[in-house]
Amino acid sequence: MSTQTWAYISNGLVYSTIIVLAVALVAFAADLAVGTGRRRSDAAKQRRTSLARQASGGGAAVVTVVSEEAPADQRWARIGISLTTLAATLSVAAVITRGISAERPPWGNMYEFTLTAVATLLVIWVAMLPKRPEWRELGLLVVLFNLLLLGVAVLVLYRESAELVPALKSYWLWIHVSAAIIASSVFTVGSLASVLYLFSERYERRAIAGSTGGVRDAIGARLPASDQLDKVAYQTIAFAFPLWFFAVVAGAVWAEGAWGRYWGWDPKETWAFVTLVIYAAYLHARATAGWRGRPAAIIAIVGLAAFLFGYFGVNIFFVGLHSYGGV
Amino acid sequence: MPADAINALTDADSEVAPPRQPSLGFVGGLRWMWRQLTSMRTALILLFLLALGAVPGSVFPQRGASPLRVGEYLQDHTTVGPWLDRLGLFDVYAASWFAAIYLLLMVSLTGCILPRCIQYARNIRAVPPATPRNLSRMPEHRAFETDATVAEVVDSAEATLRSARFRLRPRTLRDSAENVDGSVAAEKGYLHELGNLVFHVSLLVLLVGVAWGSWFGYHGTVVIVEGEGFANTLTQYDDFVPGRGFSTSLLAPFSFTMDEFDAKFLEDGPNRGQPDQYTADVTYSENPGADLQTERIEVNKPLNINGSKVFLLGHGYAPVFTVRDGNGDVAFSGAVPALPQDPTFTSTTVVKVPDAQPEQLGFNVTVAPTAPKQVDPTTGPQSTFPEANDPRVYLGAWAGDLGLDSGVPQNVYQLDSSAMEQLGREDLAVGETWELPDGRGSITFDGLAEFANVQVTYDPGRWLVLLAAVAAMIGISLSLLVRRRRVWVRATRDGQGRTLVEVAGLAQTEWAALAQEVDAVAAALPCAPMVVEEQK
Ligand code: HEM
Repeated sequence: MSTQTWAYISNGLVYSTIIVLAVALVAFAADLAVGTGRRRSDAAKQRRTSLARQASGGGAAVVTVVSEEAPADQRWARIGISLTTLAATLSVAAVITRGISAERPPWGNMYEFTLTAVATLLVIWVAMLPKRPEWRELGLLVVLFNLLLLGVAVLVLYRESAELVPALKSYWLWIHVSAAIIASSVFTVGSLASVLYLFSERYERRAIAGSTGGVRDAIGARLPASDQLDKVAYQTIAFAFPLWFFAVVAGAVWAEGAWGRYWGWDPKETWAFVTLVIYAAYLHARATAGWRGRPAAIIAIVGLAAFLFGYFGVNIFFVGLHSYGGV
Repeated sequence: MPADAINALTDADSEVAPPRQPSLGFVGGLRWMWRQLTSMRTALILLFLLALGAVPGSVFPQRGASPLRVGEYLQDHTTVGPWLDRLGLFDVYAASWFAAIYLLLMVSLTGCILPRCIQYARNIRAVPPATPRNLSRMPEHRAFETDATVAEVVDSAEATLRSARFRLRPRTLRDSAENVDGSVAAEKGYLHELGNLVFHVSLLVLLVGVAWGSWFGYHGTVVIVEGEGFANTLTQYDDFVPGRGFSTSLLAPFSFTMDEFDAKFLEDGPNRGQPDQYTADVTYSENPGADLQTERIEVNKPLNINGSKVFLLGHGYAPVFTVRDGNGDVAFSGAVPALPQDPTFTSTTVVKVPDAQPEQLGFNVTVAPTAPKQVDPTTGPQSTFPEANDPRVYLGAWAGDLGLDSGVPQNVYQLDSSAMEQLGREDLAVGETWELPDGRGSITFDGLAEFANVQVTYDPGRWLVLLAAVAAMIGISLSLLVRRRRVWVRATRDGQGRTLVEVAGLAQTEWAALAQEVDAVAAALPCAPMVVEEQK
């Protein structure tokens, strides 16, 4: 098959991914509407307390706890997960076919970075579900976020598949870009969990005060318990931070080889640095009295905003060496 | 979750502001300030300021990267421009306020890290603290009964924990009239703290490396036409940026000749005309008299001469002309680099011939490496492809006074025609000659050479920076992957001859694997229960 055909197939797969994700979005919205998230996390909490009680009672040798969830509650989430799994597969296929059509790894311009990031994010999310069931609660936001990314990719960033510019012809590109894509995907999961945290925590606070009401609390009431979301955020960001650090260092090594300096405060570099420092601030906030919880969550969200600005904003608004995107 | 117990594990939290005493005195005041500066809260705020402070450098043009754009900005914004300049916003990363932020952060870091390093060294052999009274308050807790004796349980717990490489506190066994009880306290994951310290210390070292490199390093650029040479001395550079500690002895005495330069562009496909590869073949010697060596420089593949690196930054065309004056003498001969104006390398330059007789001559030159079939009168000549497939030059000739003797430095790419008279226009292919009107001479377009814009950099700190960055990476990974945690086992024998066994665990931060670890310890004890199961 000709490279054109492969590019054509890749585009078709991207559109299919968008359609499947859109349907998954509806399913996750329905899941939120029936409010299974908080029920799931409450059930998990009850399990914990009953285990602790039985354990300190000193009696039971074997404790078996049957999940209290009714299967009907799970229906929408399950549909959403299946569809997202399908979308993940389609997007991976889109990345691979794009690579075949360009005859190189498909990481040469902003369109391809974005496509690969979407595939990575979806695959990470789906693959982590068996190990981290609480990630399920992020489904709605993960799907929404990826839909937006794909929309921007198709409408704004699209480029015909082609050769790399000379500066990108380096194996450091693959090292740097793959680390950056994985790290940013995981950061995204963490920061999205922090978004949910804000809703959930607000609801819990106001529920204690007995003054809930309004859309935000209605959403908060349906989300999992805030401490669980906080945990997801911390674990993901703690994982992504060293990887992002590595991506930045790999970028610096490459820049040293390509431009003669490892760091030049090019806008892209500046925003990678800003993102790193903000997530470092998040990790600090988690260890500082008075900054845990809400302030830390807000810092994590600012971190994602900085990342997104560095990713899209810099190519759109500023002139720099990294303007390979053609945007 | 018992927050106080967690805090006991988290050193970082022990810095709650000290109670204010009424009269601290001067020393006390200083100490108070120091404690504030090295607190986690201050570090957090400084981190924010650092992020915030870095932003304007991406918003406004920077002197270091694009001095021309700074000039344009100042011309376009006559009111805010000078204010922004006063605030250092055109040179953010060299501004004193930016330096203040990162230096304060580094002082704070030193003040925070040094005591922790000392404490770490001191505690390197310390035993874990004693088993707390109430284990059921711990986030992970298992309990079961067994017929084994307390001593058997404690023996087995010690063996299990030791083989899992926990650090153990010597057992406590108590034997009273009606009760025998014994407990083991164990701790693991000290690499967390070590990694954290290595990370933070490496950040300090990294900054030292950056400072070292920018103090004793330099970089400079020079335009070299194919066939010409370069010797690494100050006068040869078009533009040179030394560090503050620079002296000419730091210029390595190398030299090279650019034998051939070649730029390739995509010939077809959607991105036709996009650069494909640049290569420069050079012959160099490390110092005068040393052997000549040849090397090919490419994008991403600089030439490294004992730590000085030679890069290709860009390239362009240099038309070669021979100019004869009215007397028939050769008044000028050579290649003139032209500035590329667009992606197809339509380039412009000027030729100044001060030695021409009877009058000085000047030429405005537009170069099209691949000439258009027809020149669009509104845009002027525009090249149709970046490679030199069909080169053509478009000339405007002037005669009169070039104004070179006025003492005002002139731009080599601009012609001051205020005291000159236009002679006419002509365009030439390679080898063609234009006879100027009124017997003022002629100009011959001999050919199109290529030039490379070459950068030479020397940064003696870069190895230290790389080393520190790698150490920081290892440190932060250890710190974030390893969790410090404590596990306790207590066995209590009651009056009825049964032994109650409790196993509990506490991790410094949330850690999903703690439950499995506690389960595993519990399962290894004599007559352990089947591990608590959940059915979904
Ligand atoms: C130069 C800027 C700094 C950066 C980029 C940075 C980065 C980090 C990161 C990423 C962590 C997370 C590691 C972990 O959770 O184990 C951390 C932890 C920590 N940092 Fe910093 N840090 C900086 C400056 C400082 C300063 C100035 C202080 C002292 C006031 C400090 C004290 C700490 C402490 C005590 C922890 C451990 C927190 C914990 O136990 O979780 N750091 N730092």
